[in-house]
Amino acid sequence: MNSSRLGPVLSVAVLVSLLAACGGSSTTSSKPLAGKKVEVAAVWSKDEQKNFEAVLKGFSDKTGATATFTSTGDQIGTVLGSRIASNSPPDVAVLPQPGLLKDLATKGSLKELDSDTASLVSQNYAAVWKDLGTVNGKFYGVFFKAANKSTVWYNVSAFKQAGVQPPTSMADLAQVFATLSASGVKPVSVGGADGWTLTDWFENAYLNIAGRDNYVKLTNHTIKWTDQTVKDTLKALSQVLQDKYVYGGLSGALQTDFPTSVANIAGNPPKAAIVYEGDFVEGTLKDTSHLTPGTDFNFFPFPGATGPSNSVMGGGDVAVRLTDNAAGVELIKYLASPEAAQIWAAKGGFASANKKVDPSVYPDPVAKASAQALANAQNFVFDMSDQAPAAFGGTKGSGEWADLQTWLKNPTNIDAATTQLEKDAAAAYGS
Amino acid sequence: MSTVVPAVAPPVVEEERPSRAARAPAPRFNRAAIGFLAPAAIFVGVFIIYPVIATVIRSLFNRTGETFVGFDNYVKVFTDSRTLHAIQNNIIWLLVFPVAVTGFGVLFAVLLERVPYRLVVRTILFTPMAVSLLASGVIWRIMYQQTPETGAMNAVIASVANAITHPGHYQGARPSQPDLTQPVGDGYQLAQTVSPGDVVHMGFIGFPVSEIPAGAQDAKDPSGEAGRIVGVVWRDFIPGGGGQVGQVEPGKKGLPDMTVQLVDGKGSVAAQTQSDTAGDFSFASGGGPYHVVLPAQNFHPPFGGVQWLGSSLVTPAIILAAIWVWVGFATVTIGAGLATMSRDLLEAARVDGATEWQVFRRVTIPLLSPLLIVVFITLVINVLKIFDLVYTIAPGSVIPDANVIALQLYLVAFTGLGDFGIGSAIAVFLFLLVIPIMAANIRRFQGEG
Repeated sequence: MNSSRLGPVLSVAVLVSLLAACGGSSTTSSKPLAGKKVEVAAVWSKDEQKNFEAVLKGFSDKTGATATFTSTGDQIGTVLGSRIASNSPPDVAVLPQPGLLKDLATKGSLKELDSDTASLVSQNYAAVWKDLGTVNGKFYGVFFKAANKSTVWYNVSAFKQAGVQPPTSMADLAQVFATLSASGVKPVSVGGADGWTLTDWFENAYLNIAGRDNYVKLTNHTIKWTDQTVKDTLKALSQVLQDKYVYGGLSGALQTDFPTSVANIAGNPPKAAIVYEGDFVEGTLKDTSHLTPGTDFNFFPFPGATGPSNSVMGGGDVAVRLTDNAAGVELIKYLASPEAAQIWAAKGGFASANKKVDPSVYPDPVAKASAQALANAQNFVFDMSDQAPAAFGGTKGSGEWADLQTWLKNPTNIDAATTQLEKDAAAAYGS
Repeated sequence: MSTVVPAVAPPVVEEERPSRAARAPAPRFNRAAIGFLAPAAIFVGVFIIYPVIATVIRSLFNRTGETFVGFDNYVKVFTDSRTLHAIQNNIIWLLVFPVAVTGFGVLFAVLLERVPYRLVVRTILFTPMAVSLLASGVIWRIMYQQTPETGAMNAVIASVANAITHPGHYQGARPSQPDLTQPVGDGYQLAQTVSPGDVVHMGFIGFPVSEIPAGAQDAKDPSGEAGRIVGVVWRDFIPGGGGQVGQVEPGKKGLPDMTVQLVDGKGSVAAQTQSDTAGDFSFASGGGPYHVVLPAQNFHPPFGGVQWLGSSLVTPAIILAAIWVWVGFATVTIGAGLATMSRDLLEAARVDGATEWQVFRRVTIPLLSPLLIVVFITLVINVLKIFDLVYTIAPGSVIPDANVIALQLYLVAFTGLGDFGIGSAIAVFLFLLVIPIMAANIRRFQGEG
């Protein structure tokens, strides 16, 4: 039989090529970690896992160490907790929540990063990213992947029809809404049936109007939701989210889920000109319509209080070290380098806060601009509702979600909204 | 019970029971009987009795289960506005749903007696029971969408509504100079009155260029003519921006086919015309002064859809979906009862000269009543624990309006605060509500036995 004769031939060929590969690695002595092993744990699965494994392969090719990936699923906190308890933590973990970094650091489960990595981060990243990876003065984490949730998406032809330019301040935004409305398109679609779209609207406006310090305070509930800054923010929002400007009216917005709100700006002619949500809207639009990023739809940064904003709200995945494995030290240093980020950036669905990343690797101009806004932001804060207790910031039909939905029914009724928000926040944070 | 009942059957049962009880104690305990009972007893103990007791105990502790709080959780349940609203909704469900489903069940079962292919029809009616409630919920949520393009319910209404009142050419249009052109009814009129020789300018914005009929030309500023009232209606917005509000300029389209009326001082229409392809119109009427009116028919919006899932209609909408699911069950059960019913009684009634309605009302219903009560009680129990349809059909923003007890239990205990204390208290409350109905049901079964 042919196959039985082919078998040995093939295995010899494989053996030869393997030997050749080994020979190659042993001759180039620039691979200091040859034979070393490092384990990385993160929440990623499917495509994201595949893309991250490509990054790890880049590390292996460079250093000779074998990096293996463990997907923890959504419950990374629980998985890490039990592995730390059993004294066999992964060498490196990539944490999706800033709260987890703080928790693990205070418990003493994390290793401080070396000075080489620290100086690399200082060179490659805006200062805010190093601060975010620092707990009690010690630097623990490198932000490898980040998400920009300060992106306002618009239909390019609707803007052309109306002859408007992307606005940079809240007053500009109100003016753009008025002009879009005159041109015969509803200015904005809001996915108000999903509470989290409203919390994101609020957080962006609050960050720009009240500033980063207040944002952090409100996130920790050290100032109350009845604070004047909250009222000012809701007032500013009520001037743009008016019944006449929102597709379907305000009551219609409360019936519109997030995917529908995105689809509303994709038609020809579109039902609405603008939809606000994070950088993932690009993927949603590309998947569900035949629109081209840049020419058919684009984004502008969430407008600042009085002029262009230098603040970005979003999310990030931070790489931390849990063991003293030398390969782990090198891996984190590698993740802080532009070459690691570029591997994934080229594959799409990824943004890096690393300023040294070559922007031309992003698959399209919109992804590139969104990532650059992230890397150049002077302020970066995490999604406030993601950091709040789930009872307040993450539950359908209660807490902040329900309160902002009630507020959207009648946006000028600000005092009632802030009172209810404070009541629910007090209950959730207090317990 | 010692009450004397004139009916024949119950007293027989009543008398039998004590005699059975008297015979029972003879073998004090029977190993075989215990052996046979044990598996069921263990099952009931582990999966029913223990959880009930544990829930009652848990309901007396706080959120974390560490501190004994007495009846605090119950106080919270009955003072929390969201839970109270859920209880209120459950009462609405209880009043409407069992009666409606039993009623439809009787209706369909009786009517099905008279049609051929009743097995096919009955199967079709029963199909929703075979679909998972989650899937039913998703289907109904889509059917209830507000835009007629996606929501089947509104699409049906829209096709009728739009046939009765034709949508106008210029939906959503509004004057570019609200101080000069003002609303009158659902249309618009020029604020100032006009007389022959005057020129009328009415600019409009707020509608897409695609609403202007093909062949429209750029608007021109008309020049006045002695003895005539002339004017122009135009889209006061240049695509791409630019231009000045209120000016007839190149790039601004005239609005053809706009109905224009001259209304005299008494409010009656003196003349009516249509604008031409450049939006110009002209009246030869003498006299005046007149109001220039663009009546509502120009602007009439298409039917926008009923907001089925808004806060006011959401509970009736979900009840309707639940009726759709359950009516097959009632029809099939009652239909089975009808099939076994003796025809002789019906025939006898007919021979005695009863009308069909009298036969139905005086013979069929009384004979069916034991079965109707079983169906009704089953529905009452199901309505008390209704959950899936509400959770899947109601959008997040109206969950507080559509809430029911079982859903509130889930929201309190398994999401948000994760308060198992209050959740258990709600569960105990729900349990207490079901017990009397269950007791009545068991009593009935025993009575029948």
